[in-house]
Formats: sequence, structure tokens, C-alpha cells
Amino acid sequence: MTDPAMTDVAVLLSVGRHPVSGRARRAATDAQALEMALALRPRRLTAIHAGPAADGEALRAYLGMGLERLTLLVLPEGADPVDALIAHLHRHAPSLVLTGRQAEDGEGSGMLPYLIARGLDAAVVPDVVRIGPADAPDSAGLVQALPRGQRRALTVTGRLVATVHPSAPPARPSAFGPARRGVVEPVTAQAAADPFLSDCEHRPWRPKPKLMRVKRGGSALDRLKAATESKSGKGQLLVNPSAEAGALAIYDSLVEQGMLP
Amino acid sequence: MIATALTTVVLAVLAIGAALAVWQSRRWLAGRPATVDVVAGLRALPGRYLVDVHHVVGRTPFNARFHALVAGGFLAALALLVAMGVAIGGSRIVWLLLAVVLAAMLAGALMVRYRRRVVRPRELSQGRFARLPLSLLGFSGCLLVVALDQSLGGVMPEALALVLVALAGVALADLVWGVWKGPLKHAVHGALHLAFHPRPARFHDGAGRDTGLTPLPLAPQGDAGTGGPSALGVERPVDFAWNRLLGFDACVQCGRCETVCPAYAAGLPLNPKKLVQDLVVAMDGRASDAAYAGNPHPGRGVGKAHGGAALPLVGPGAMIHPDTLWSCTTCRACVQECPMMIEHVDAVVDLRRFQTLELGATPAKAAVMLEELRATDTPGGRALARRWDWAADLSLPRLPAGGSCDTLLWVGDGAFDLRVQRALRALVLLLRRAGVDFAVLGDEELDCGDVARRLGDEATFQSLAVRNVAALNARRFTRIVTADPHALHTLRNEYPAFGGDWTVVHHTALLLELVTGGALTVTKPVGRSVTFHDPCYLGRYNGEIEAPRALLDAIGVERREMLRAGMRSSCCGGGGGAPLTDVAGERRIPDVRMEHARETGAALVAVACPNCALMLEGVVGPRPEVAEIAELVLAATETTR
Repeated sequence: MTDPAMTDVAVLLSVGRHPVSGRARRAATDAQALEMALALRPRRLTAIHAGPAADGEALRAYLGMGLERLTLLVLPEGADPVDALIAHLHRHAPSLVLTGRQAEDGEGSGMLPYLIARGLDAAVVPDVVRIGPADAPDSAGLVQALPRGQRRALTVTGRLVATVHPSAPPARPSAFGPARRGVVEPVTAQAAADPFLSDCEHRPWRPKPKLMRVKRGGSALDRLKAATESKSGKGQLLVNPSAEAGALAIYDSLVEQGMLP
Repeated sequence: MIATALTTVVLAVLAIGAALAVWQSRRWLAGRPATVDVVAGLRALPGRYLVDVHHVVGRTPFNARFHALVAGGFLAALALLVAMGVAIGGSRIVWLLLAVVLAAMLAGALMVRYRRRVVRPRELSQGRFARLPLSLLGFSGCLLVVALDQSLGGVMPEALALVLVALAGVALADLVWGVWKGPLKHAVHGALHLAFHPRPARFHDGAGRDTGLTPLPLAPQGDAGTGGPSALGVERPVDFAWNRLLGFDACVQCGRCETVCPAYAAGLPLNPKKLVQDLVVAMDGRASDAAYAGNPHPGRGVGKAHGGAALPLVGPGAMIHPDTLWSCTTCRACVQECPMMIEHVDAVVDLRRFQTLELGATPAKAAVMLEELRATDTPGGRALARRWDWAADLSLPRLPAGGSCDTLLWVGDGAFDLRVQRALRALVLLLRRAGVDFAVLGDEELDCGDVARRLGDEATFQSLAVRNVAALNARRFTRIVTADPHALHTLRNEYPAFGGDWTVVHHTALLLELVTGGALTVTKPVGRSVTFHDPCYLGRYNGEIEAPRALLDAIGVERREMLRAGMRSSCCGGGGGAPLTDVAGERRIPDVRMEHARETGAALVAVACPNCALMLEGVVGPRPEVAEIAELVLAATETTR
């Protein structure tokens, strides 16, 4: 890869949590982000995790994918990783930052990429499924996943933070040997406590129960369709709307769903 | 004059043969070190040859006979010829004796020719092997004439006799040249392999059976040379221990493994004979399989594979294609049939260990399973508590740590499957009916790690093994009973290396004991025609082929045997992670096995393994019904109300 936009890549990796066992593992979309980064064969690939020193063992699953080393920004338990990550990324100044779309543990708000992008003054592109060189110099061609299987091609110039969608290419398996040999380099970092997170109540995640409306009558096929089909066509599609028109549409939608008075 | 010429020729050729064998030994001595009891091995060699090898060769009596004639005659003739030259000289009695042994060899050589030229079994390699009958006939025929002539006083013109001696010398040279890369290599290397075998316990002078895999040391070890950590598993030929390489080199390409391999039969790209030959040629510096003259891996031609002693063995362009490696079901049919006692499955697992542990190159679905297994200790990524969902209404007694019971029921991962749950329910009802004091581990039963280990993931296997052994050792029981032969094999033969030492029985053995002991009474004999499909991990891995049959007889079935049954049974395709690696072939392995069952005309196939039940029941109909043996016993011992 000779394109300068993708020669220096940083991947942000979090420690995941298996939804059933709750055991620490590699986070699914972070692993896919690392897969995407490895497939780009960049000149420099920096893998970074910010968290307690005890995360080191779980991070070895990423090393097993073929990383030789991984930087661990050591933070106290419960600290907010955003500032430490921004400071570290400022020092390294990578042209592309890849990460998963949402952490599987901790706050898991999915906000981290946006905060990082703001801190780095970079563009952010969520839900990327493919990344490669673009025709224009110094820019990257991305394919972004949209709901319902739609895809959008984008060209981005300049520094970029991209989050990876679960439908991106699957991560390669983690192998025991390289995981054992890889090096986790601890780096001390400054971090502020996260008062929001410490105020939160922690509960095991469970899927949101789906309300089933039983439709009576009709043929068996109708009932099957009613039970299994998801509704579509409720929203409206705005192509290149003005800022005002877009904001108004969002406002109306929120009012309609009862989210705003 | 003739005697001198003869012994000179023989001694010269034998010396060259010995030199060739010594030169060849560099190839296999390049392997990793291995601890071998050389003296004990050499002392056990004749016994192993006469008992263990004969046991295999004797399955085809014709081959056994020509072997005895050719090899016995050849060795006796060589010994006599050497003795004539060195000590006793050429008296007429000795010449007559020589004529007798040569006549025996000639008879054997004619049988070899009949087999190779007239019968021509498909599995035999051609190439260098095609010349073998000619060399044997040439050597024994020419010398027989000379020996007869000499024993009668020498009426033949001397020049003619010398020509015959020269011809015999050429034939002998061809045979001895075979020590280098031909048919006779197996004589030298086979003998050494018997003496220095990596699994000496498999012979009659040991335990008679040795099928468990040995643990791979996972702790970082410094390589003596580089100081860096050594790789896990086998990447290159030189990563095998030297006595394993010697074993591959003993292969005589008889093709018995090929005729029994379930993957080969189904047209998957695996021919065990070619696999071993790939390993053999890869021992050379720069190797290609172009000279191989047997059947290829199905669907892959010959001549495209390249490798070398220090080059990776597995890869799309390397000696062994990944599809070949992942086609193996680890059923051990090839090992059971191999007259050279080669351990194919050990080689496959060692190669897989490198692929999985170092490269992460496990095929996709198998890799997903392994990741779930690491995160949840179940192959499907489900909660441990859900293993017992099927028994919610059975209120199975759980054995807490520190508790004790008579029989511990190990249900295995089949408990997550609807089909297997039916069989497990039958087993639990039978245990209740017979009044057995049993309990289960509950949430502390983890996957036994069998599939992970066969897929090469030794790290995950050892993690599971250590925790399972700790859970089991914290409880007291007389025996463990399981309906899963894979769990049986792992617990019985592979957990002892991790500190587990228990009596592990298969449910067929326990049910037989209950039926013969009177705890279960047969009230409704089955009365249908049933054929029993032996699970590989119960039969070949553990030698238990009698109990299921006796049990079936006890419940009154009309038992029919498939052509391939017992220790020579054919795999259902469910072992070794093969359903996960899912390599495509011309047919599916269970279809091939169901064909064997159809041939018996039996109405029912009885199975005794969850994998077999799933694989065989997945065959499209019309086909015989598939029933777990416990289900049949349950129906047959129904108490009349």
C-alpha cells in the first residue's frame, strides 16, 4: 500500500466480554478493525488499548492475530480512556484510526470514536466495511454499511477515524503461539476518573425482549409473514437535504416517536 | 570359481545396500530428538514382527504366504551365500540347501507376480514397484538353476553359469537399490521402525493398544540454538521426531490405508498413502511428488506439490494441501490396517497443531467453534447451565464438590443437541429403572476438549482438561459412565496425563452389566434386524466391540454385520472435527457408511455415539432407521403395567 492516507494506521482495541459467559475476550468489531488494518499492510501499525494493567492477558487474543506488539496505556480501574488515547494519538499522529463501533464492556456508548475524532480534529466515518485507496491522492476510499444491507461509497481526504461494522470481513482466528510470544508494552498515562461511569449501575446485558403481536385470521402464510416480517418504509429518505430541512425531519420524527414533547 | 563369483557379487551388492541405507538414514536422523529405548526395542523386534506385523499382514492370507516365501527364502539364501563365501564353502549339500530356499523364494516371487501383474489391485503403486516381480524372479530363478547344477556336480558350461550369476547379480542389485527409494526400503526401515516405534505400548509386548495423544508442552521453551521460543506442532519435516520420520520412510505403498480411509472412499482430497508419501519425499532437500506412482488425493493430481526438509509442509502449493490435512476424521482406520505400523493420525494432529496454534489457519467454522469454546467452555457458545435443559423434568441429582456417588454420568456436548437428548433421556430412564446410584456434575462439566485437540488446539484442550480433572478429582465415585465414546477416550486415555485416574465405562458396557446382572429385564425383545455401527473411538481407540453386540443380542435383535465392522469398521465422518472443517468431496462420508448398512438389509442401524447418530441420521432416505442403543434397550425393557 503506497497511499499515504493508509501507511500509518492506529487501531484502538478494547477488551470484550462474551455475552453468555461474561468472560473477557477480544471484542468482535475491534478484532474486525484489526483485521482490516492488517489487510491494509500499512508501513506502521500501532495497536493501542487504554485500561487497567490487568487487561494485558485478554489483549493477547489480538496479538494472536499476528501483531507483534501492542501498547497498553495503563489507567486506573474505572478511568475514562478518551483523554489518554487522544494524548497518545497526538504524539503518534497516525493518518488513519480504526476501531470497533461500540465497546462490549464498560460504558459501551459508542461515543469514543467521535470524541477521539474531535480531539484529533479528524473526520469520523462510522460503520465502515471496506477501506482502500481512492483515485484522488492523499485520500481513502471507504464503503460504509447502511441499514438494510445498503452500502455507500465515500472518499475521505485528510486524517480519519473510522469505526468498523459487524458485516466487515471476519477477523482471522487468534493463534496461541503468536499470542504467547507477542509483547504488551505498558505505558503510563494520565487519566481523569469517570464520574458518569462510577454513578452508573452495572447489570448484565440481556437482549431487549421483542413484543410479538399475534395477528389472528388470514392464511397461515399471512400469519407467518406478520410474525416474521419487519416493517419497512416508515421513514422518509432525504437526498442532499439542507441542514434546516434535515434537522426539521429529525425533530418531527422524534416528536412522532414521543421522544420530545 | 562359480561359488567365489557368486559370493563376491552378493557381498559387494549387500555392502552397497548397507551403504545406501546408512546414507538414507541422514534423512530421518535430521528429525527432532526422541527418547527411545534402543536396546529394549531391538530385543522386542523379532517378537513384534512375528506377532504384531503378522497380525496385520495375516488379514490377507495370500499376501502373508508370499511374504513368508519371498522374504524367508531371500534372507535364507543371502545368509547361505554369505556363509558359503566366508566359512563353509560350496559343498553339494549346501548347494542343495540353497536350491531349496531359492525354490521357495521363486514360488513366492511367482505369487508376487500373479498379484502385481494379473490381479493388479487398484491400491498398489506402480513405478519402481512394477519391476519388483521381475527382480525377484530373476534373482531366485537364475540362482536356482546354478544351485541345482552345482548340487548335481556342475554339468553346465561355466560361462553359462557365470552369465546366470551375473543376471542374478543384476536382479539383486535392483532389489538392493530398492533400499534407496524402492520396494525394499520397507524391509530396512520397517525393521528399524518396529524397534524404535514412537508408540511402543501398542505392541503385544506393551499394553497392546496405545491411542491417546501425548500432551504438547505449551510453556515457552528456549530453542537451544536461537534462544527464541520454539514453535508448537510440526511445520517442516525436520520438526517431526526422528523415529516418526523413520516410520513414514517405512511405508511400502501397499495402499491398505487407502482402501479403508473413509475420506478417500467419499472422494475427499485425502489419500493416507499419498499423505505419508508426501511426508517421505519432503524429507529430501528439494522435493516434488512427480515420481509418485499411486492414486492421488482425490480431485488433486500428482506433480504439483513441492517441498523440502526445511520447507513448510502445509500450504496451497506445498507438499500437503490444507484441504487434505483437514479432511481426516482421525478414525484410525489407516493405522489399524498399516502393516508397517505407521501412525498417520499422530502426523495429522501434529501438522494441525502448527496450523492452529501458530498460524490460526483452522478452517472457518472450526475456528469459530474454538473461539466460542475458549470463551464459554462449550462448543456452541452456550451457557454451561443450559447443558441440562433437556433434563429439566428428570431432576438429575447433582454431585457437589466433596460429595460421593457410585456412578457419575458424563453427558458430554451432545446434551445441547435435540437428537442426542433423546438418547440421553433413554439412558437416564434406564439407570433409574435399574436402580443405579448416579449423579451428574452439573455446571462444572465442561467440554472434554476432544474436538479442540483433534483440530490441533492443544492450548484450549489443556485448559479444559485441567479444569475438568480438578472438578472430577474433587468428588468421589466408583466409575464414570458416558454415552460419548469421544469423551470416553479423552477421559480414559488422555486425562491421566493431567492427573485424572478413574474407571471410565461406556454406557453399552454398563447396560450390558445391568441386563446380564438382572437389574434390567428384557420384556419386549426387539425382534427386528439390526446392524451395529461401531464408533471409531469405542472400537479402534478402545477395543470395545463385544459389549454393544452382546447387549444387542441380549435384547433380542436379529443382528447382522456390515462387511466392515468391529475393529475394521468404517467411520461415520463425525470425528476429528471433520463436520466443522467440512471439506467438500464427491460424496459425504455418512452416505458411504449408510450404503454399507443398506447392503446388510437391516431395518435398523444401532449407534453408540452422539456423532454417529447425528451423521447417519443426516443421510437422506430411504434408509434404515437410526437408533441409539440405549433407546433400543429402553424399549426392550419396558415394564408391563
